[in-house]
Amino acid sequence: MNVLEFSALIALGSLLAGFLGALTGLGGGVVVVPMLALLFHVDIRYAIGASLVSVIATSSGAAAAYVREGYSNIRIGMFLETATTVGALAGVAIALYVSSSAIAIVFGVVLLYSAYLSSRHYVDVAHLPSSKLAARLRLNGSYPGLEGKESYNVTGVPAGYGLMFVAGALSGLLGIGSGAVKVLAMDRAMKIPFKVSTTTSNFMIGVTAAASAGLYLHRGYIAPGLAMPVMLGVLAGSLIGARVLVKARVKVLRYLFATVVVVLGLEMIYKGISGRI
Amino acid sequence: MSAQDWGDQRIEIIIGALLRTGVTLAAAVVFCGAVVYFARHGGGVPNYAVFHGEPENLKSVSAIVHGALGMSGSAIIQLGLLLLIATPVARVLFSAIAFALERDYLYTFITLIVLGILLYSLFLASG
Repeated sequence: MNVLEFSALIALGSLLAGFLGALTGLGGGVVVVPMLALLFHVDIRYAIGASLVSVIATSSGAAAAYVREGYSNIRIGMFLETATTVGALAGVAIALYVSSSAIAIVFGVVLLYSAYLSSRHYVDVAHLPSSKLAARLRLNGSYPGLEGKESYNVTGVPAGYGLMFVAGALSGLLGIGSGAVKVLAMDRAMKIPFKVSTTTSNFMIGVTAAASAGLYLHRGYIAPGLAMPVMLGVLAGSLIGARVLVKARVKVLRYLFATVVVVLGLEMIYKGISGRI
Repeated sequence: MSAQDWGDQRIEIIIGALLRTGVTLAAAVVFCGAVVYFARHGGGVPNYAVFHGEPENLKSVSAIVHGALGMSGSAIIQLGLLLLIATPVARVLFSAIAFALERDYLYTFITLIVLGILLYSLFLASG
């Protein structure tokens, strides 16, 4: 297989990854790293570098579409980014001291956890009272619902903030967007409606990934020949995915994605434990 | 609709345009780099199985710009990737300005913290 064929195959796989990532709000990176490492036998460090770049593309491309729809909450995003970016720097620092096998195992666990979360059915809680902290930070907002504008209140700010630090650290360590943990923090801890949490998560992912990407570039993890097909493929996929999201049924998508992610997660853990990665 | 809502919505529209422009520009530069890269190395054998780190000329901002001007395919791709990394940074910078214009000083401050962390990673950290 020459460089041209290799790049074409990777671009195709990345297109699919970007499509699924944008649809579920989990980001393309969660599938890109296992795809590169397991299918194309790319060293996990190069895979992480390429994935991180693609994550920025997915997030920014999809976020550009979402902000116009009015779902994402810019204040929630910016406030929580102080936690995710610091977490990202911590994650990159940790990555220096752990082996590829350990990274693969952590990656597998994160994949399984993402799948578990995305397969659970979740009902938005309507009209909760706002917490004092959320009100002071002006995190409460509204979004376009089926019957006009629907407002929502935010609660559980400290727990959400802590989870966001973890999301940032995982993003820096694994080169993913950590969409699953971000959505968890917003859905479950802060009780933010699903459409708002997924789109705001997508909005935040690019900033979190940019915090790690600078460091990884300086360390030589970002290989242009590999990052190029990944970035272009994921970007194209995410743009298509963002168009479908507004019309699609969320529950079906979560089950679909969970299945793919479980298989990849088990494989990553197996390869990590047997030291073949 | 309150004044804050109006301001927020306008910011969101501009941010959307900023993100689209940044990503489109980055993708176009990466694509151009890919054409040059394939023309020179398309028939070669890809090797990413063993990590050896990218060479110095693809690791720093100044070296990448220099290489891209010399029409190196890899450096042009890397320049596009730098533009992509710069897109969220520009978004955060713009948000800081927008919050300041809105006289929302709490959020101006929060946004500047995020911007500081991003700039540290891109320019100050040695990796």
